[in-house]
Amino acid sequence: MTGTGEAQARADASAGGGGLAARGPLLEVTDLTAHYPVRRGLTQVLTGRGRRWVHAVDGISFALARGEMMALVGESGCGKTTTVQTILGMVKPTGGAIRLNGADIAGLPEHRMRPLRRTVQMIYQDPYESLDPRFRVRETVEEPMLVHSIGGSRPQRREEIVTALEQAGLTPAEMYLERYPHELSGGQRQRVAIAASLVLSPDLLLADEPVSMLDVSVRAGVLALLDRLRRDADMGILMITHDLSTAAHFADRIAVMYLGRIVEQGPAGQIVRNPQHPYTKALLSVVPKRDPRDRTVPQILTGEAPDPIDVPPGCRFHPRCPVAVDRCSTDDPRLRQPAGVTAADHLAACHLA
Amino acid sequence: MSSSLLEVIDLHVWFDLPRGGQVHAVQGVSFGLEAGERFGVVGESGCGKTTTILALMGLLPPTASVAGQVCLDGRNILAGGEDSVRPHRWKDIAMVFQGAMNALNPVKKVGWQIAEPMAFHGVAEGAAARKRTAELLELVGIPAAAADRYPHEFSGGMRQRASIAMALACEPRILLADEPTTALDVMVQAQILELLTRLSDELGLALILVTHDLPVVAQTCERAAVMYAGEIVETGPMDALFHQPQHPYTRLLFAATPDLYGRDAVVSIPGAPPRLDREITGCPFRLRCDVVLDRCAAERPALRPVGLYHQAACHRSGGTHRSDALAEAK
Repeated sequence: MTGTGEAQARADASAGGGGLAARGPLLEVTDLTAHYPVRRGLTQVLTGRGRRWVHAVDGISFALARGEMMALVGESGCGKTTTVQTILGMVKPTGGAIRLNGADIAGLPEHRMRPLRRTVQMIYQDPYESLDPRFRVRETVEEPMLVHSIGGSRPQRREEIVTALEQAGLTPAEMYLERYPHELSGGQRQRVAIAASLVLSPDLLLADEPVSMLDVSVRAGVLALLDRLRRDADMGILMITHDLSTAAHFADRIAVMYLGRIVEQGPAGQIVRNPQHPYTKALLSVVPKRDPRDRTVPQILTGEAPDPIDVPPGCRFHPRCPVAVDRCSTDDPRLRQPAGVTAADHLAACHLA
Repeated sequence: MSSSLLEVIDLHVWFDLPRGGQVHAVQGVSFGLEAGERFGVVGESGCGKTTTILALMGLLPPTASVAGQVCLDGRNILAGGEDSVRPHRWKDIAMVFQGAMNALNPVKKVGWQIAEPMAFHGVAEGAAARKRTAELLELVGIPAAAADRYPHEFSGGMRQRASIAMALACEPRILLADEPTTALDVMVQAQILELLTRLSDELGLALILVTHDLPVVAQTCERAAVMYAGEIVETGPMDALFHQPQHPYTRLLFAATPDLYGRDAVVSIPGAPPRLDREITGCPFRLRCDVVLDRCAAERPALRPVGLYHQAACHRSGGTHRSDALAEAK
C-alpha cells in the first residue's frame, strides 16, 4: 500500500495552497436533481396545459475520493449522462449540491466555472468524433493549455505534451506528435484524448463509456491506463458504463441508476456478488458470461425503462419488479443499508432488501 | 458433412481500392451449417466477418470480386452470379443488419414494411400478407395491432424485433444476424438474444450470429468461428474454444474480455492486425502472438483438426490444454 501513502502525501502537499481539507472527498454530490421542461406545442400553451418535466436526475447523492474509480451503470435514459453533464456544468442542476474539493460548484455561472474546468476533465465515448480531424496530435494536446493560458513557453509546452502522451501510453511520443487522428487506431485516439486532459493535471476525470467504441483487444489497455492514472496521478475517476463486467473489474465502487435515482451503490465486489436491489439482480443476471458452462437463466425484465416524464409513484421500479408488494406502489423507498450486507457503504433503495 | 444445409468452401473476397490495388478482405473461409444450428462468427473490426456474411447474401458492392463456393443444399448459389443468388435471398437466407433498428423506412408503417418482401417474392399478398404480418409480429413479441404504427413510435428494442420479423417474412431457413444487439441496452440485448434462440429452436432456423462480443456468442451459440485478418483461425464447439483454445488469438481474445465474476487480470493484445492490401507472409497473428516460433514467419499455418469438430490454424496447436497454454505464455 505504499502507492496510497505516496498519493496521500501528494494530496496533502497540493491541498496546502487552496486551504482545503485534504481528507474530505474530492467530489461530493448531495440530493442532486436535474429536471428539464418538456417542449410544449402552441395548442398546449393556449389550452393552458401545465408544463411537464423530464426528471432526468431526481435526487442522487454519492461521494468520490481521490485515487478512486467509481462506475455509474444503468440503461439508457437512467440519468447517468445527465449526472456527468451536471458535474461538468453543461447542464444546470435544479437542486442539490455538487462539492468539488469542498466548494459548491452546482450551477455556477460560466465565468466562474471556467477555471474549475481545468480540474474536471471529460473523456468521451467516441474518439473518432471527439478529436478535431484537422489537428495534429501535438495541436490537440496543446490546445487545452492555450485555452487555459498555462504551460509556459512553446518549448515548455512541448515538453508537457511529450510527458502527457507518454503518460497516456503513446511511447515514444515523438512518433505520434505530427500525426493526424485518421492515422491513428481507435485505442490510440482515445489515448490522445486522455493525454489532452492530462496536460491540465485534473483532479477529476469523467469518462463516458470510454472503451465501448474500441476493439476488444485494446479496451483493457485503455482501462488499465485509467486505472494507473487514478493511482499515480491521484485522480478521481467517474466512469459511465453500461457494461457491468467492465465496472466489476476496474471500478472500486458501483452505483446502479434507474430512472434518475441511484437504486444501489457500494463496493464493486459486493454489488456483483451480493446484490440487494431486484433491478441490480436482474441486470447482473443478463450479463453474458465468457464461459459457455456459466449459462444461467437470465431474469429478463419485460419492456424497457419507462420514460422519465411519467415517473411511477412509490418505488419507480415497481411496475417491472418481479418481487414487488403492495407497499412498493405507494411508498418511495429510501437509499439505506440493508440487513444482508457486510460493507457499511453498501446501500440499496428497496423495501424488501 | 455432406448433409449440411449450408457449406461455404474456400470463400475469398477482394475489394478494389479507388487508387488501384486490392484489399483481400476474406481469405479462404470454409465452414458448414446444419439446420437449426446456432453458429457464431467472432472477430474484431476489419477481420472480414461482415464481408463473409454479405457474400452469402450476394449483397457485396460492385467493387468486390468473389471466389469460392456457397452451397445451399449442395448447390453452389454463387455459380451464376446475381441470377443464381436472387431466388434464395430472403427466401432461404435472410439477414438482420447491423444497426437494423435504424434501417426501417421512417415514412412507411411497420406492417407494410414486413409485408413488402412477401409480395415481392410471391409468398403472400393482400389479406394473406396482412395475416402473416400479424403472426410474425406476435412471433417476435410485438402486438399485432402495432402493424399500423410507424418506426419512430417504437423503442430501439421493438424496432430490432420488427426488423427480425421482416427478415422472417419469407420463411427463410437461415438467418444471418450482424451485431444484432450492439447498440442496445443489456436488458434489451438479453430480450433479443432470447428471441433469436427461441426462433431457432421453434422454427428450426439456422442462425449465424456475427459479433465482436465473445460472451454474447458463448451464451447463444453451440459452435463458433474466430476470424482474424480475413480468415478463420479457429473453429469448434463453444466449450472447447473457451476451455481448450488452440489458437493464441482465441485465448487472448477471451483474456481481453472482462467477465463479471472473473478474477484474472484483463489483458490487452499489443499491436494491430496486418494490412490486407498486401500479401501476408507467415502467420497473420505472429507479430501480436505471445508464443511465436521461427516457423511462424516463414509458413502460413493452415486450418487443421485439433480435436472433435475443432480446428485451428496455428503451428503450435494440437492437444494443448488451456492451462498449459497459459503456463507457457507466462
